[in-house]
Amino acid sequence: MIAAARTILRKDLLIELRTKESVPAMVLFSITVYVLFHFGLDRDSLDGALAAGVLWVTLLLAAVIGVSRLFAAEREQGGIDGLLLSPVDRTALFVAKAAALFLFLSVVELVAVPAFGLLLLGPGLGGAFPELLAVLALGNLGVAATGALVAALAAETRARELIVPLLLLPLLVPVLTACAQATEPLMRQDAVAEDLGRWLGLLSLYDVVFVLLSVAVFDFLLED
Amino acid sequence: MPALPLDEAGKYVAGAYVVFVALILIYVAIIGAKIARIDRQISELAGVEDDE
Amino acid sequence: MYSKGLAPLAAAAAVTLTAAFAMVFFYAPNDADQGFVQKIFYVHVPMAIVALCGFVAGGVFAIRHLRSGDPSWDLRSYVAIHLSIILGVGVLATGSIWARASWGHWWVWDEPVLVSFLVVFLLYCVYYPLRFSIEDPGRQARYSSVFAIAAGAFVPLNFIAVRMAEQFTHPRVLSQTGGDLPGDMRLTFLVALLGMALLFVTLWKLELTAKHASMQLKRLRNERVRDRARVAA
Repeated sequence: MIAAARTILRKDLLIELRTKESVPAMVLFSITVYVLFHFGLDRDSLDGALAAGVLWVTLLLAAVIGVSRLFAAEREQGGIDGLLLSPVDRTALFVAKAAALFLFLSVVELVAVPAFGLLLLGPGLGGAFPELLAVLALGNLGVAATGALVAALAAETRARELIVPLLLLPLLVPVLTACAQATEPLMRQDAVAEDLGRWLGLLSLYDVVFVLLSVAVFDFLLED
Repeated sequence: MPALPLDEAGKYVAGAYVVFVALILIYVAIIGAKIARIDRQISELAGVEDDE
Repeated sequence: MYSKGLAPLAAAAAVTLTAAFAMVFFYAPNDADQGFVQKIFYVHVPMAIVALCGFVAGGVFAIRHLRSGDPSWDLRSYVAIHLSIILGVGVLATGSIWARASWGHWWVWDEPVLVSFLVVFLLYCVYYPLRFSIEDPGRQARYSSVFAIAAGAFVPLNFIAVRMAEQFTHPRVLSQTGGDLPGDMRLTFLVALLGMALLFVTLWKLELTAKHASMQLKRLRNERVRDRARVAA
């Protein structure tokens, strides 16, 4: 199963490297949203709860773009039939897609988080590290698992572009809540980690539930 | 906020219970309409059968 | 098949709910802080609890559907979710009325049940467009079941998350969902909860019966058309 997952993952990463369709769009989108928030909130610098909220909402909206495109390669080249005809373990497919999404999100955050620090964050990012990394890692895992599941659910419906955001965003509310609450004290003037364990615990619970759930149900999707 | 005087509070409470009852009644009405349709179609079916 | 026990169930629901409403207005005392307005709680919270359980039940039926491939489980799942969404509208409406009467605003964010309900409601509203945008009936049922399972697992997770968040931003002042209710209020609440649950099961069986009858009828008509075509040929 691992070998199959690795093969699919390599293919997806190679396609993304060659076509550069998803990740640059997600980065650009994030920065655009920061600009929107600047004008919308009429603020030059944010801190605390507002900063955490803006950062995480932006990242979530960017994730929606990534999820919509997760099965795009298979769809556009008719590859999904090829995948389904071959005896590929659906679990391998899920692992590969979730891993790809996780990696895409991480790359996007490599640019989008410092950009946030530059453009909108008052106190600067220094105080937020290294705790922010833990939040990002666990948050990305949740988004990746749920995102892969939603992408598969919406893969064959006609109204795909509508279904993905409508399904994904409510499902990610616990992730958003935990990440924003965990990040908020890190983005204050005198940053100090408060209750971090509690929120990381919630994130871990969410991650475990959704990874296990997706692995269990993925067999029933993308069949025939 | 201090508790509302009884007559004003009464309107809100009544409103809430009315919403609940109305929902149930509307639902039952819809199911009733569905059953009526099924009944009609069965009669058609039975009527057609008699013709043959 | 589905209508077994429907009449006594309906009777039990009617009796229990009537008793509950009578208790609300004639037995339970007025709340010290909120006064008469608190009576809304006896219809709002049981509806919310039953609806949330309905969503989770929809997920459980969906699991049975996927494991057995029997479409009758998918039907049970669909009706449970469908009914819970309708109850959900009621929860949001009565919750809003309660908020307005208690706080003066038509919405408040410091009631974790209400807030978590809004998120769950928004999620389940997508059930219909998802379901009906898939044409193949087998696939439609399967994908709906996957959704029902994911969403059903999401309900408790979301409730935990919202409750944790509210604990830190809005300490719970008003909420009386369970813990510290005086005896006569608690009894009234439990009777109301039982009545609501019985009502849900009654309506669930009712709709299942109607849907099943409708499906049988369609099958009969299709057979009739086919037989006639064969005879004519």
